Amino acid sequence: MENKTVIQVNNLEKRYGPLTVLQGLDFEVKAGEFVALLGPNGAGKTTLLRILATLSRPTSGQVRIASCQLPQAGTALRAHLGVVSHQPLLYGDLTGEENLRFYGKLYSIGKERIQEVLALIGLVNRKDDLVRTYSRGMQQRLTIGRAILHNPSILLLDEPHSGLDQEAGETLDLVLREVALEGRTVVMTSHDLVRAAGLASRVDLLSRGRIAASTSTGDMGPNELVAFYRAGLRDGGGA
Amino acid sequence: MRSYFKAVGAVIWKDFRAEWRSRENLSAMLVFALLVILIFNFALELDLDTRASLSAGVLWTTFIFAGTIGLNRSLAVEKDRGCLDGLLLAPVDRSVIYFGKAVGNLLFMVVVEAIVLPVFSFLYGFNVFQPGFLGVVILGSIGYTAVGTLLSTMVVQARTRDILLPILLFPLTLPVVIAAVKASQGFFQNTPLAEFSVWINILVAYDLVFIAVAMMVFDYVLED
Repeated sequence: MENKTVIQVNNLEKRYGPLTVLQGLDFEVKAGEFVALLGPNGAGKTTLLRILATLSRPTSGQVRIASCQLPQAGTALRAHLGVVSHQPLLYGDLTGEENLRFYGKLYSIGKERIQEVLALIGLVNRKDDLVRTYSRGMQQRLTIGRAILHNPSILLLDEPHSGLDQEAGETLDLVLREVALEGRTVVMTSHDLVRAAGLASRVDLLSRGRIAASTSTGDMGPNELVAFYRAGLRDGGGA
Repeated sequence: MRSYFKAVGAVIWKDFRAEWRSRENLSAMLVFALLVILIFNFALELDLDTRASLSAGVLWTTFIFAGTIGLNRSLAVEKDRGCLDGLLLAPVDRSVIYFGKAVGNLLFMVVVEAIVLPVFSFLYGFNVFQPGFLGVVILGSIGYTAVGTLLSTMVVQARTRDILLPILLFPLTLPVVIAAVKASQGFFQNTPLAEFSVWINILVAYDLVFIAVAMMVFDYVLED
């Protein structure tokens, strides 16, 4: 199970008019891996994640996730995907529980699972409050809850720590670790090298639309991480 | 099929629940519609003959302008908080989103119409509580929201969406407006149904064609 390839991307290209965001990108993730995608702004991290999430069509190339070929099998694949993006994807005028209940109906999820997720993300006490009254950290926890509501086998996280203070970030780390321990495959983009390496089992560096370097995090210290990042950008032509 | 309708119902439930709390959309539509009806009433000061021929136009102009306010906000709310992506990530056919939003928009429009019609009846002196006329109101509203929901989804990515929507929507819904005005006029002037039933047929055909077209193209409209 551990060695099975869950995400396979070959020669992926994405263009917006004259602008090429991804060019000839190859990327592979095995079942149960936690991969952090690093890279400077504009490297194509969000674009790659949006393609994997079926929110954007590739211009060319092959994308295969959980035996589903994109974009043809998008609807079937979405049942296996949990996505956290820059924005919370939550309705401010609904309570925390109502938000989960709404998404639960779209995913045909029962009420028990909603209570289970609320407990997991630590929002049972605030479940009846409107989401617009939540702090950024609480919103992000609810966003994670929405993403794992249907028990997806693959989680795609686009800079989940952005806008969070130190304490909220650490709480989110705990939730993410718990979620990853349940055997899910996770791909996360981040600008925070140390935090990403602390969570992920592998770090890939994206530069100028392709993977410039890749390493397993193992015992890497902060200095080694920075060195890896700089060398990757230099070799990939991104710096 | 049951899960399809359950998902459509969830989108409608969510829109109504959020609207019940904020009351942003309905109150804006309603206040605008009532103001237009009042302004036309005092501005035109119509005699009885002119009133019979113009009032249907006044009524539909009101419905359409008020409806456009609702359509503009309906998808903008989803886009501004990124919730459109949340809907697109659901493992359901994307026509679910279209139907959910379209039925929600239609129900908002019908709520506004239900409040505006008695006021219109009082000010303009027409009996609007005729089943045939109410049927025309529903058919016209279906056509308008069917096209409007599709177009508001198309323009939601644009910076100028507030201006762009009416520019695209009004020409495309011209047939439905003309047909609705002519059919309403028929009821207001107590014309025999056979003389204006062609307009009702046009409304039915327009509704069917545009709902079918919207279902076919909605997936493409959502792509970036």
